[in-house]
Amino acid sequence: MLGTMLLVTGITIYFFVRVLSAPPKPEPDSYLDNDDDPDRQVKRRTDT
Amino acid sequence: MSANKESWGSRVGLILAMAGNAVGLGNFLRFPVQAVQNGGGAFIIPYLVCFLVMGIPLLWIEWSMGRFGGRYGNHSTPYIVDTMGKHRLWKYIGVFGIWTNIAVASYYCYIESWTLSYVFHSIMGTFNGLDQNGVATFFDTYVSIGESTMGIPYEAVFFYILCLLLNTWILSKGLSGGVERVAKVGMPLLILFGMFLAYKGFTIKAGEAGAAFDSAVGLNFLWTPDYSQLWSPTVWLAAAGQIFFTLSVGMGTIHCYASYVRSKDDIALNAMSAGWMNEFVEVVLGASILIPISIGYLGIDRVTELVQQGGLGLAFKTLPYLFAQWGEVLGAIAGVMWFGLLFFAGITSSLAMGTPWMGFLQDEFQWKRKSAAWSFGLIVLVLGMPTVLFFHYGVFDEYDYWAGTVSLVVFALAETILFAWVFGMGRGWREITAGADIKVPGIYKFIIKFVTPLLLLWVFIGSLVTPKGGDWAKAFAGDWVLDDSSIINKIKNTSLKRQLAEATDPAMIEHLQETLFFVNASRILLVAVFLGIAGLVYIAYKKRVREGRI
Repeated sequence: MLGTMLLVTGITIYFFVRVLSAPPKPEPDSYLDNDDDPDRQVKRRTDT
Repeated sequence: MSANKESWGSRVGLILAMAGNAVGLGNFLRFPVQAVQNGGGAFIIPYLVCFLVMGIPLLWIEWSMGRFGGRYGNHSTPYIVDTMGKHRLWKYIGVFGIWTNIAVASYYCYIESWTLSYVFHSIMGTFNGLDQNGVATFFDTYVSIGESTMGIPYEAVFFYILCLLLNTWILSKGLSGGVERVAKVGMPLLILFGMFLAYKGFTIKAGEAGAAFDSAVGLNFLWTPDYSQLWSPTVWLAAAGQIFFTLSVGMGTIHCYASYVRSKDDIALNAMSAGWMNEFVEVVLGASILIPISIGYLGIDRVTELVQQGGLGLAFKTLPYLFAQWGEVLGAIAGVMWFGLLFFAGITSSLAMGTPWMGFLQDEFQWKRKSAAWSFGLIVLVLGMPTVLFFHYGVFDEYDYWAGTVSLVVFALAETILFAWVFGMGRGWREITAGADIKVPGIYKFIIKFVTPLLLLWVFIGSLVTPKGGDWAKAFAGDWVLDDSSIINKIKNTSLKRQLAEATDPAMIEHLQETLFFVNASRILLVAVFLGIAGLVYIAYKKRVREGRI
């Protein structure tokens, strides 16, 4: 019983931590909250 | 041009909303009862195997189908599946993904309203001083509608409408402003309440606060494996069925939520995170509350007897009495937590059920979000009132069986065939892995193509022709008598007709005749709703042709 419970809890925490630590994707992405996050803006070319 | 401008606020919000969609009343009420009835601790083996080879594949299939459809501006299953399969009939199979939600929401919101009402009753101390029969009678009185326990006329109807209004209002606030906000508050609270009650479930001591047994007795009863059951197809069928209920697959809600995710964003890790969160709530929290607490006070024999009527009876007719044994204050707190967590589990699921219909109206008929939300509330009210008013005549069970059970398997089977065989596993695999933040194990290509559809087919056929008493050995030996729970005998109302033939009491005969009438009437109503949605899909198709979108 405890083994199953610990296994399920461990896997749940593992995947949730993976979500939290996943590298951010550049804007535009699917989520509104980070639309203005400077780290997520696509770098514009400045070669002119 | 679609009026649909919905979006998710954050990735964690999406995962919590998706987990909230999956976590429902069944996690706390159905899973432990299924485990007790199907081999105790041994049930977890087929259950986890089914999760790995059917649950996870279906999650990936539905997430990727949703995201794929969303790319073409489709946010409900009729036109999501239409984008993937070129045959014109696919969009009518996609009707299941709207119909199921409307039909399930109709009765689901009724249970949700009980939980809301019981939160108030727990605060008001309604159950203090009542014996077990008194608490059970209270529930029967409540669902009889005629009598009020709070001074509110038609109390059950009042709470049902209140619950529907709440759902509709939240839906009218949109995905990020409504559904996601509720999930961000509801899911952490649900887990917190669940952990408190699970702690209580683990620490019951015989002789304290009226408990007759230590919690170990209940936990051992639930978890001690009966390995002889492991080879029974009935147990595997029950495990596969539980995976359907618990993950909310085969409904169309996952497709809808995922259709607002852009192609470059991850779905593989999101699906795993939401799916395992649901498993945590079910296996860890769900298994630690209902059965251990009930057995601690009532003993194994009584609880075994009570679980034959399902988890609802234990939750509403028994637990309030047991909580009252903990004293007035702690009893009230436990009641608020128990019914509060059931309420959050319910509302995060019922909100998801509103989104496919809303997405369909916004995509195809350019309805505004608010109008779409209120139309959902109105349809659910009209379709749900028979479950409230004629609860004792089997209407509720009829909706649950056809929309909440059979329909899920049929649609999941169809979508798996579409994804793996029509759309093609190569393209399907690219959809699952596109933008993935984890490496999806290659073995799942094989599982999705062969194992999952075969397992689903077996679940469907197993339910269609279930042999009497689940005795498959006897059936394969040639003596195949259908069980009353098989789909075929359900259609024929075999059980009800037998009860009618055996009844001698005139009052009972009258009740059974009325039940038969309401059962058939509810089926006609459900079919009419399905055909109505199919008609709208056809009108939308004609509109698309006129506008040159096809």
